[in-house]
Amino acid sequence: MNALAFASQALEILVALLLGPLLTGWVNQWRARLQNRTAPSLFLPFRTLHKLFIKEAVVAEHASPLFRAAPYIVFGCMVLACGIVPTLSTDLPLAPAADAIALVGLFALARVFISLAAMDIGTSFGTLGARREMLIGFLAEPALLMVLFSASLISKSTSLTTIVETLAHRELAIYPSLAFASVAFTMVSLAENARVPVDNPTTHLELTMIHEAMILEYSGRHLALIEWAASLKLFAYSCIGLALFFPWGVAEAQAPLALILALPVLVLKLAIGGIALAVFETVSAKMRIFRVPEFLAAAFLLAVIGMLVHILLGT
Amino acid sequence: MEALASVLGLPLAGGLLLAFVGHRDAARDVNAAFSFATLVAALVLMTHVIESGPFMVWNKAFFIDPLNVFLVTLTAFVGFTTALFSRPYMRIERDHGKMTPRRMRLYHSAYQLFNFTMLLALMTNNMGILWVAMEAATLATVLLVSVYRTAASLEAAWKYFILCGVGIAQALFGTVLLYMAAERVLGSEGGALLWTNLDAVKGQLEPNILTLSFVFMILGYGTKAGFVPVHNWLPDAHAEGPTPISAVLSGLLLNVALYAILRCKVLTDGALHTHLAGNLMMGFGLLSVVAAAFFISRQRDVKRMFAYSSIEHVGLMAFAFGVGGPVANFAGLLHMTVHSLIKSAIFFAVGHAAQNAGTQIMSEIRGLLRISPTVGWGLMLGTLAILGMPPFGVFASEFLILTTAMRVQPWATPLLLLALGVAFASVFRRVQPMVFGESSMQPLAHPPALLPTFVHLGLGLMLGLYIPPYLAEWYRQAAKMIGG
Amino acid sequence: MNALLSQFVNLLASALLMLSFAMISQRRILSLIHLFTLQGATLVAATILVGYATNQPHLYFSAGLTFLLKVVAIPLLLHRAIDRLNVRWDIETLINIPTMMIVGIGLVIFAFNLALPIAKLSATVARGTLGIALACVLLSFMMMITRAKAIPQVIGFLSMENALFFAATAATYGMPMVVELGIALDVLVGILILGVFMFQIREQFDSLDIRHLERLKEE
Repeated sequence: MNALAFASQALEILVALLLGPLLTGWVNQWRARLQNRTAPSLFLPFRTLHKLFIKEAVVAEHASPLFRAAPYIVFGCMVLACGIVPTLSTDLPLAPAADAIALVGLFALARVFISLAAMDIGTSFGTLGARREMLIGFLAEPALLMVLFSASLISKSTSLTTIVETLAHRELAIYPSLAFASVAFTMVSLAENARVPVDNPTTHLELTMIHEAMILEYSGRHLALIEWAASLKLFAYSCIGLALFFPWGVAEAQAPLALILALPVLVLKLAIGGIALAVFETVSAKMRIFRVPEFLAAAFLLAVIGMLVHILLGT
Repeated sequence: MEALASVLGLPLAGGLLLAFVGHRDAARDVNAAFSFATLVAALVLMTHVIESGPFMVWNKAFFIDPLNVFLVTLTAFVGFTTALFSRPYMRIERDHGKMTPRRMRLYHSAYQLFNFTMLLALMTNNMGILWVAMEAATLATVLLVSVYRTAASLEAAWKYFILCGVGIAQALFGTVLLYMAAERVLGSEGGALLWTNLDAVKGQLEPNILTLSFVFMILGYGTKAGFVPVHNWLPDAHAEGPTPISAVLSGLLLNVALYAILRCKVLTDGALHTHLAGNLMMGFGLLSVVAAAFFISRQRDVKRMFAYSSIEHVGLMAFAFGVGGPVANFAGLLHMTVHSLIKSAIFFAVGHAAQNAGTQIMSEIRGLLRISPTVGWGLMLGTLAILGMPPFGVFASEFLILTTAMRVQPWATPLLLLALGVAFASVFRRVQPMVFGESSMQPLAHPPALLPTFVHLGLGLMLGLYIPPYLAEWYRQAAKMIGG
Repeated sequence: MNALLSQFVNLLASALLMLSFAMISQRRILSLIHLFTLQGATLVAATILVGYATNQPHLYFSAGLTFLLKVVAIPLLLHRAIDRLNVRWDIETLINIPTMMIVGIGLVIFAFNLALPIAKLSATVARGTLGIALACVLLSFMMMITRAKAIPQVIGFLSMENALFFAATAATYGMPMVVELGIALDVLVGILILGVFMFQIREQFDSLDIRHLERLKEE
């Protein structure tokens, strides 16, 4: 615990707050390019946030205080999550507060509040979205836990920083169990972040929507916070993926130089990941909502197989 | 060694030649001639072995020992007689419009190739080649099963292909495991899959690997032998294919599959020093005997019924080899021989009977004696023989198996007796009206070739009364090799 | 260096297992063929790698053979078959993927348990992979049982062959050459015969649905 550690923690949160919307903008830009549309600006998400923040927030008449509190809670959860995931450095004062399991809990907390808020108003779209969100969350969380356990088995710790230290800074080794875990994790992240095969983040008026259905009633700064939280969530998930499967470049404790180097490496990795996501979203079609449980069950089982393979191969 | 080379080379050459000329009228005779030449070569080989004992050739690639030499001769013999039988049989099929020239060509070529694969499987010293030959045997016969292109025959052939393919894949896994165990002892230089090398070091093979290997082998080759939980292909393939193919499937393929299991059993016993392999064989055998006996009682199709009877007898052989020891092994080998002879004889008779009646449904075949006494007597005598009536050879071998079972595994005896009784009652009840009684069937256009039937029955009768000393000596040596 | 190579073989083994799972949960015939080709390519890579790691040049030869057979010839034949049979866009209905996956996991656990005592005995670079190979065999087996159409069944059969080949490579550095050639010949002849068959079935039933083939049953 020293000043450097607090500095890197602060830097990490700041980077997350900035890079989150940028990542969303980047993915949208590439999606537009791949679909032969004129690409929007990279900074469009910031402009949207700015626009929403200066607008007046309209709240339904019979909304309870929960409805107003939810955006702040969700946003807070996501900021905390971004603080826990080792993106730039493994020397984080916040990290001992929560391990991988608590991280999943944080995501679940955010989900519960946004679903409650969606049902609070009592519109049909809100409840529909909330129900679907809970369905997905109910299936995705165990899979996510399994993925994190696969990684924990290798480092023998559920603390994310220890996992990344083990994977990034020990001698180079290939872990087949992580191959399974990475596929499972990709599937879970697509579902959790409302990306294409499960949900479509760009539509507003489809009966199939999930995430958008829940936030239809929000406006102004509330909406801004929720949108920002959504980009933070995408950022956090990307960073977990990078930390587990491509951990090279994350700085260790007591290494200020490495910390400076870690930022461009992270940006590069995110840029590549964003393009990959855009390509994937362009080439795949959205699946029917009834297929989603199948999709997530497959992710769960893949993660389980990853653990079994780890035990068999005893690496 | 020229005789060995010609035993393998003749059917292969015949298969290739008939692939081009198999549709001609003379092809039936060419087919029989090749089979005859193969038989002659096998007899030369046999006399050579009688004179100078077992041997290996070509870098130990092939070998003849007491266990395979009589099976080689038997295979060549049944191959020849079946080729004789198929001459008039196929002529009639062609006249009935069931066989086009293209199908004839396929049939003749595949028939020889099938014989080749059987002989290769028997004589190769390499457990890998044994696998290859067993798989090739399926491939050679699968198109013959569907040769009539009826819905049922296609279904039978598809089942045959898929089930045997899956089964044989398990045997490949077993072979891989066997090789893995062998490599640890013999090194990876070539000879680690040669059975004679393996046999020499079987005591040092890793027991864990061998156990798993044997389980896969018995499942794999057991599928081809028709052991009960994995037998489904067998009745269909027998019933829907042309009768000569049913005869060789029952008479030869089942033997060779059982032979492959025996080779594995010898190695497994040597490595394990337990009775695991034998217990597995007894289990599969007993299950096959009992289940098949009850299936027999429910059949309407004559070829299906006798196919189930083959399952029953293979089960009996497996049980005998599983019990082990000189007497049971002797009985198993004898049973192998007489079952081959008599079951193929029955199929010859059944084939002509079905041609007479134009159907294989038993309730529509009546009064064979009236229309064709030779076919009728052939079927009747064959049925009596296969059901274990004295003085035929089946009686002798079954008697030996049962008495040994009484002594060594008394609990199994009532089950076996029950199964044999059920099979006897159901088969006899069906065959009796088919042979006797009134008939409205038309005689065949060409005289049936029933010389093979009666030669087979004669040999089966002889083996029940008198076993030639050198044959008995082989049986004894082979029985010793199989051990217990 | 060698440790890394063996880990890489393990990785390819896991890829094979993953492909097996992808195959049992794939409904489209065309995608199945693609997956099968990919599986063949993975197998070739694994064979080459084992050959390199253990300095067994004959494995390069068998890798070449596998490449020609499993990556070029058989997929080509399958593509031609589905074109001529006009089933390129066929979709298999009625497979319950989650149940199949759960049964699949059970099979994997079973296979791993079976192979565990044996893996310890093997001295090869890729000793742990025997369990994976066995699991792939069982999964292909399950695929064959659960599919109702001819081509998926055949693909299941072929992928079982792939898994067995992988077992041979991983556990023993490949079978002796003559055996391997024999197996390759059998597979090739087998696939040709299957091709003939599919046309016969189609001609007879106007469909490649194996459910038509259920007449021969014991009453």
